Amino acid sequence: MTDVRPPPRALPVVDKDSRTFWTSGRDGILAIHRCKQCAYYVHPPVPFCPRCESREVAPEAVSGRGTVVTFTVNHKQWVPGLPVPYVLALVAIAEQDDVRLVTNITDCDPGEVGFGMAVEVWFEPVEELWVPLFRPVRGS
Amino acid sequence: MKAAITGTGLSDLGRNTGRPAMAHLAQAARRALAAAGLDRNDIDGICTYPGKTDGSPGQSPLGTGEVRAALGLQTRWHCAVPDGPSQMAPIMVAAMAVLTGQARHVLCFRALTESSSQSAGRRASIPGAGSARIGGWLSWLVPNNAMSASNWAGWMATRYCHEFGLTREHLGMVAVGQRAFALQNPAAVMRKPLGMDEYLAARMISSPLCLFDCDVPIDGASVIIVSAPDAARDRTRAPLWIEAMGAALRGPETWDQRADLTTMGAHDAAADMWLRTDFKPADLDVLALYDGFSIFVPLWLEAVGLCGHGEAKDLIAAGAIGPGGRYPVNTGGGQLSAGRLHGFGLIHEACIQLWGEGGNRQVDGARLAACGTGGGFIAGSMLLLRD
Repeated sequence: MTDVRPPPRALPVVDKDSRTFWTSGRDGILAIHRCKQCAYYVHPPVPFCPRCESREVAPEAVSGRGTVVTFTVNHKQWVPGLPVPYVLALVAIAEQDDVRLVTNITDCDPGEVGFGMAVEVWFEPVEELWVPLFRPVRGS
Repeated sequence: MKAAITGTGLSDLGRNTGRPAMAHLAQAARRALAAAGLDRNDIDGICTYPGKTDGSPGQSPLGTGEVRAALGLQTRWHCAVPDGPSQMAPIMVAAMAVLTGQARHVLCFRALTESSSQSAGRRASIPGAGSARIGGWLSWLVPNNAMSASNWAGWMATRYCHEFGLTREHLGMVAVGQRAFALQNPAAVMRKPLGMDEYLAARMISSPLCLFDCDVPIDGASVIIVSAPDAARDRTRAPLWIEAMGAALRGPETWDQRADLTTMGAHDAAADMWLRTDFKPADLDVLALYDGFSIFVPLWLEAVGLCGHGEAKDLIAAGAIGPGGRYPVNTGGGQLSAGRLHGFGLIHEACIQLWGEGGNRQVDGARLAACGTGGGFIAGSMLLLRD
């Protein structure tokens, strides 16, 4: 099995809307903004709901489970030192299909990744942030 | 009342030309003015995409201010559009400017020196290669090393192929067909024949996209002059009327949150364009469809309405879009083979076809062209018509 470790990362600018998303991994939690009025998950995080126009939108812990909607295996070393290949995927969170997280699928061979694959979050600490990554859910 | 394209010009395109962006721009401008039979003193407007930026090496080294100064232009209208309906936005803005009396002749330009500006540490079109933190929409992509548009197009392509059975061979037909066109275009950067075997053997960039599915970074400039209707007549060449434009956008403006990965902003933009004309897709003679990556071509074919959802592979396999096909696409070789001018080069080629100046690659009797620029969530489309 090829262990596809995440490469060195360029980090995001973090603002008050996105801070929880990038730091809640410290507590092992994936947090997604959610509307208190209509229960819609809003991502990327903004403090208002595009569905019901509520302003009561705040980060909330989700299960950390999701499914692979699509993926690509990147083979090109775009910057010096970038280990390739690695898997990029869009993961839909289990709670709401249209919340898509851009992520890496780790802990499996790139050829193993498929549509609808069940995955679970883990976090890689980088500087003061915790980057959400996903790995296949393995049978116990 | 419609605006018209009256002249276009390209600089001598190339890889690692070592020529400054302004030299490319000035050459393209001179050629566009000559094509239109205009003098620089006739130019009273200027528009560009996206404006001067140093976000990625050589991506947009010139803003309107520098070009105005270098060409000695006195303008009544100027605008740079980083955040509009794709790379076509400045041409659309120019059309609206001349139709509302802001200007008579607007010089629209796109200049890049991505080829010369790349280095071992900084590649063209790769944000985040420096140490600065990434803001805006890229902040949701780059931290996971989804740092190239080939990655974003790659995950769209994976999904589309899965749902509709498009194969690497279909994408190869796009690349090979456009290379065949490029062999007939002296201005194209890639002029060596490309066969399917070589395509299939090429190194993978971001699956399923290989090297030949990605457009070619170059140095070059393109100028397209948009004129008011009364000012467009009696020029050197026939006016190419902007028959209709479409810029609708009904989905999230991001590469990651679009629910349906098998359609693009193109579908919204093109549908809006067709609402504004009596022409139908079957009336098209030639097409200029954004090919930053080969996968965009089948998606644009469907967006423009030449076939149903998921059916573009059949159109491609039937040879409809290559040399001699019923709906020839990117007849100058496109960005895959002629080089990346971010849509401007494709529109330039559509104009060449409508003026009947395509030489060995000329499409007989070309009168109506569809131009679609942009990939992923963002798009603009227009119809160009020669009377």
